Amino acid sequence: MSNYSMHILVCGGTGCKSANSDKIIENLEKHLAAQNMTDQVQILKTGCFGFCEKGPIVKILPDNTFYVQVQPEDAQELIEEHIVKGRKVERLLYEDPETNKRISDSQKMDFYKKQIRIALRNCGVIDPDNLDEYIARDGYQAIGKVLTSMTPKEVIEVIKASGLRGRGGGGFPTGLKWQFASQYQNDVKYVVCNADEGDPGAFMDRSILEGDPHSVVEAMTICGYAIGASNGRVYIRAEYPLAIKRLQKAIDDAREYGLLGNDILGSGFNFDIKLTYGAGAFVCGEETSLIHSMEGERGEPTTKPPFPAESGFWGKPTNVNNVETFANVPVIILKGSDWFTKIGTEKSKGTKVFALAGAINNVGLIEVPMGTTLREVIYDIGGGIKGGKKFKAVQTGGPSGGCLTEKDLDTPIDFDNLLAKGSMMGSGGMIVMSEDDCMVAMAKFYLEFSVEESCGKCTPCRVGTRRLLEILELITSGKGKMEHIDELKRLCRVIKDTALCGLGQAAPNPVLSTLEAFEDEYIAHIVDKRCPAGQCKDLLKYYILPDKCIGCTACTRVCPTQAITGERKKPHVIDVEKCIKCGACIEKCRFGAIVKK
Amino acid sequence: MAKIKSLDELIKIRDQQRSKVDLREKGENIDKLIHVKVAMATCGIASGARETMNYIIEEVDRQGLENVVVTQTGCMGYCYAEPTIEVTLPGKEPTVFGYVDEAKAKEIIDKYIKEGELVDGIIPSTHKTIE
Repeated sequence: MSNYSMHILVCGGTGCKSANSDKIIENLEKHLAAQNMTDQVQILKTGCFGFCEKGPIVKILPDNTFYVQVQPEDAQELIEEHIVKGRKVERLLYEDPETNKRISDSQKMDFYKKQIRIALRNCGVIDPDNLDEYIARDGYQAIGKVLTSMTPKEVIEVIKASGLRGRGGGGFPTGLKWQFASQYQNDVKYVVCNADEGDPGAFMDRSILEGDPHSVVEAMTICGYAIGASNGRVYIRAEYPLAIKRLQKAIDDAREYGLLGNDILGSGFNFDIKLTYGAGAFVCGEETSLIHSMEGERGEPTTKPPFPAESGFWGKPTNVNNVETFANVPVIILKGSDWFTKIGTEKSKGTKVFALAGAINNVGLIEVPMGTTLREVIYDIGGGIKGGKKFKAVQTGGPSGGCLTEKDLDTPIDFDNLLAKGSMMGSGGMIVMSEDDCMVAMAKFYLEFSVEESCGKCTPCRVGTRRLLEILELITSGKGKMEHIDELKRLCRVIKDTALCGLGQAAPNPVLSTLEAFEDEYIAHIVDKRCPAGQCKDLLKYYILPDKCIGCTACTRVCPTQAITGERKKPHVIDVEKCIKCGACIEKCRFGAIVKK
Repeated sequence: MAKIKSLDELIKIRDQQRSKVDLREKGENIDKLIHVKVAMATCGIASGARETMNYIIEEVDRQGLENVVVTQTGCMGYCYAEPTIEVTLPGKEPTVFGYVDEAKAKEIIDKYIKEGELVDGIIPSTHKTIE
């Protein structure tokens, strides 16, 4: 076995690397060699510790000492004091901002309490295809508890008291939804799981179904008992083949174990689940559209009331919840509502899973307590902005959401705060944008999505979103007028007020929120015919920097429109009239002499 | 598998499973068991997790390392570092490695699994999971 008695872990994440962690490793190795200890101590480069604000990070094993903001010059002291003499270097330890005490053991640092996995508790821990592993981690204990010791009413009371709210977007209290569904009597009732995850960039539902399908099966059974339903349906998009395969296996295995089917655990309660595939239309995430699609009708919404709780799938009382919502249920039953309400904010309890994407170093799937700030998510967990660029905005809630800016960085994230800021929780997609991202282009992207996904049933959404997109296209191509800004605002209001369903009502949000926070960018596009982020192709011009160009003629040879001219060994010029902005010259130039702005 | 007929039976099965999830497969070797979990969600697979898992299974087999169990699991959340694997040596905390292609997998098998010697590319744990 290994001879090393100690390990020095140095963060090699993007943030720490740009803060010179390679040099730290080099210096540590040098001083280790000077002490003749290279065969006892091993230096390792790791992935991101997720504490980039205080980077570079150095951690020493086996004593778990966590050093922050280490500089290459500190290497000698670390080796001579900590490694040789076993004395911790006090000044490099993390100082708790509240108590001002130095903490050496990372296990005791607040920072590592930032992510708590409840919905994702088994993802990446168990083998999703193995029911025994789920059972070993208290799987199906919650349904056991419910069936043997609780009345349906008590189950609903626990969920109500927990404050759990729908994780699919709207944030409606789950317990209340169950109560409504339980009030309508019928010989047949349905529990539907909405696995039609459609927000661009969001993939937490897929990850739960792929990593822990039994938690959803168990929760649906609990819901069935609570509302008096014995039929379960999962509406899942056909684009998720692996999730379908694992979920189907989970259902089959549960049936074989007697955890689905008739007389579950000898209680006399019957419940079974079938899958229905969706073709991946965004509007089918809306519950009435989803139900129509399951019935084989067009995926179009209908006005509520009647709510599905009264008349849903095949006209029967139906309760629809999202995958992540269900994944929380077994834990709440086992640990109690008091435990759950201790996590989160006053009106948003528990945790939320976010799919962190965009201009961020640690793209990933994270689960944080409600009330965590954007700053913590972006800088501590996400590792900061890619390439050390400046943060501009974060888009939450997908095509129905809006963007949050620098002034919102310290706002605790929960359902109500995001709504108040003109965005929404949505299903938890979080797309981070840097100074290189154009906000008008971003709004245009989401509008394109909404236009594509509009079912066409109501005019405000079908025609209105199309008109919005057309105006945005004019602005990004340099043909915008100042009147367009007012027209955008008016049109947005009309669509919001008159569209039939959530898709249409929320479709103007990306435009409204970018107009509010970044009106200057719109004006720059309209008045100066300039895209400040350098993203809108039509507004870009290519230039050659005369002091960098050596006149090698490489660019003239690749230019398809002969827009570049110049004598050999003398600076060249681009004729902006002829230039079609294909970018071939930039790729070819080895001197960085061609820029676009 | 016979049907589970009561909560008591379910609890009995849970307790058995806790102590012997792996014993079933590896018999008496449980004390020396090394568990390798490969994150096999769609995103991991798209980044090459299936190739990595197949390689590890073949390589472990080829070298006759009978105490190594390789299983799949869901998303660990470290999307930026896929494919990711978690290795648990007997009596030690699980260690996650990122960007595990075949070359990295070979290094992990030869150094960490066989010699207990850590290699570059550890992904520090950044979250707590409820028990």
